[in-house]
Amino acid sequence: MSSIDKDKLTTTCSQVRRDIVRMVHAVQSGHPGGSLGCTEYFVSMYFHHLNYSLPFTMEGKGEDLFFLSNGHISPVWYSVLARAGFFEVSELSTFRKLESRLQGHPATEEGLPGIRIASGSLGQGLSVAIGAALAKKLDGDDSLVYVLMGDGEQQEGQVWEAALFAASNKVDNLIATIDYNGQQIDGSTEDVNSLGDLAAKYEAFGWSVIKCDGNDLDNLNAAIDSAKSMCGKGKPVLNLMTTSMGKGVDFMEGTHKWHGAAPNDEQLASALNQLEETLGDY
Amino acid sequence: MTKYTFTEKKDTRSGFGDGLTELGRSNPNVVALCADLVGSLKMADFIKENPDRFVQIGIAEANMMGIAAGMTISGKIPFTGTFANFSTGRVYDQIRQSIAYSHKNVKICASHAGLTLGEDGATHQILEDVGMMKMLPNMTVINPCDYNQTKAATIAIADYEGPVYLRFGRPKWPIFTDPDQKFEIGKALKLVEGADVTIFATGHMVWKAIEAEQILREKEGINAEIINIHTIKPLDEAAILESLAKTGCCVSAEEHQMAGGLGESIAGTLVRNKLYPLEMVAVNDSFGESGDPEKLLDKYGLGTQNIVDAAKKAVSRK
Repeated sequence: MSSIDKDKLTTTCSQVRRDIVRMVHAVQSGHPGGSLGCTEYFVSMYFHHLNYSLPFTMEGKGEDLFFLSNGHISPVWYSVLARAGFFEVSELSTFRKLESRLQGHPATEEGLPGIRIASGSLGQGLSVAIGAALAKKLDGDDSLVYVLMGDGEQQEGQVWEAALFAASNKVDNLIATIDYNGQQIDGSTEDVNSLGDLAAKYEAFGWSVIKCDGNDLDNLNAAIDSAKSMCGKGKPVLNLMTTSMGKGVDFMEGTHKWHGAAPNDEQLASALNQLEETLGDY
Repeated sequence: MTKYTFTEKKDTRSGFGDGLTELGRSNPNVVALCADLVGSLKMADFIKENPDRFVQIGIAEANMMGIAAGMTISGKIPFTGTFANFSTGRVYDQIRQSIAYSHKNVKICASHAGLTLGEDGATHQILEDVGMMKMLPNMTVINPCDYNQTKAATIAIADYEGPVYLRFGRPKWPIFTDPDQKFEIGKALKLVEGADVTIFATGHMVWKAIEAEQILREKEGINAEIINIHTIKPLDEAAILESLAKTGCCVSAEEHQMAGGLGESIAGTLVRNKLYPLEMVAVNDSFGESGDPEKLLDKYGLGTQNIVDAAKKAVSRK
């Protein structure tokens, strides 16, 4: 593992979590649960692993590309992009409001730096990432393509079309991550439509599969490093990342009930009490 | 007056295939994707000359649209190839979100559109594709009329930045346009000058309009103007209104449902600008069936005589 400033990642995570609950509270809509659960992942990616340069370019030649397939967790992405310098942190206050570049689900229409494709309708991001990875190979560009998917999203058929293709075509410059929190809107994934053994399924499709705890910075970063080291070996790589939905806010944690619900004033105060303001609120 | 004849028939899908082959030689950014229909889409020459720039997707059209969208990000110009049915209805949400809303420079190339697919029957004879695609913001919709025009359109859309739906077909069809034509997206083409009625036709139905014009002139004493609407969106409203200012009534002719088709686009133009009688030659709210393409056109009201009758009716409503 390359040198990693764990303190910096930890303080950034705390601030990002504050951003998430404040953004969702401000417009009384949005998806805090998955956003909170994936905070360590986004912060680790943008503050340690991803190779990118600013200002943002759509093409990203010679840079790693990141795609978010489960676009509803836009709050965590927007916060991390802002905190990483893609756009002003103050713009987070426009989330989900009229004329904002921070749409409810990520979009390119308004030109928000960091976003390369719209997502929200589930199941499409893996295909898009494969396309970007194929283009990088054509261009002789050896940087990597990352995509994050939800676990409930694995119920979409297109995901499996893409999984089959990626292995069949040896798309080995691609690291897909699944946010494996076991929750979806209507309940647990187990109750709604069981995913079975996801790791075994992807392995059977011809992928290299690793597992990690997405809320443990050491474990997560070691897994991402491991995934990177597995690239270029003829197989796409899947990181099955267990997370706790709502992580960091005690009353939101581990339940599907905060998938797409906003905290009220009292709940916001309680959440902010649990999350240290480390980098200054927007 | 220009008289249109033909010496050769060729399928419009071959125009696509040959246009794609030319693009393979002239534009290194062009890549092609196909969902297990390489032969039907006439993509073999492109693949032979550019094996690295071809992606065989297999039978997974949703994945194909997503991969195409992803390939545009670094500047590639993907041309996807499958049947019109699988290019639209099957993958509408993928096109809507990952291509149209995301402003991705994908060329959706759709063969075997309409009734003239013939014997395969209604499961494959899509008659709703133009409606679906023209409703999408940012989408350009093109339906050329013969081999030469399809080839020219294929080449032209590579130079246009933005998503395009290019619709063509399976049957051998008369070739009557200039092999060296320059294709201009959104520019309607006047093929025959007339004074009594305008026939706005698209795709295979342009040739049917030419046949109808002769009958109207020789047997009915009606001089029809023919305008080839190869681009359904954006619609050349100025050309439509200019022709109608002279002829005063019109017929639309298309291999598509009446609902959502060219006729409805023209009707909208007329309602928003100036009203003229409009008769629509299109499929009227039904699915097709197996059969010979020409006989299918006749059975579903898309034959030459249907255009003649529609023109007479339009003139009588003036």
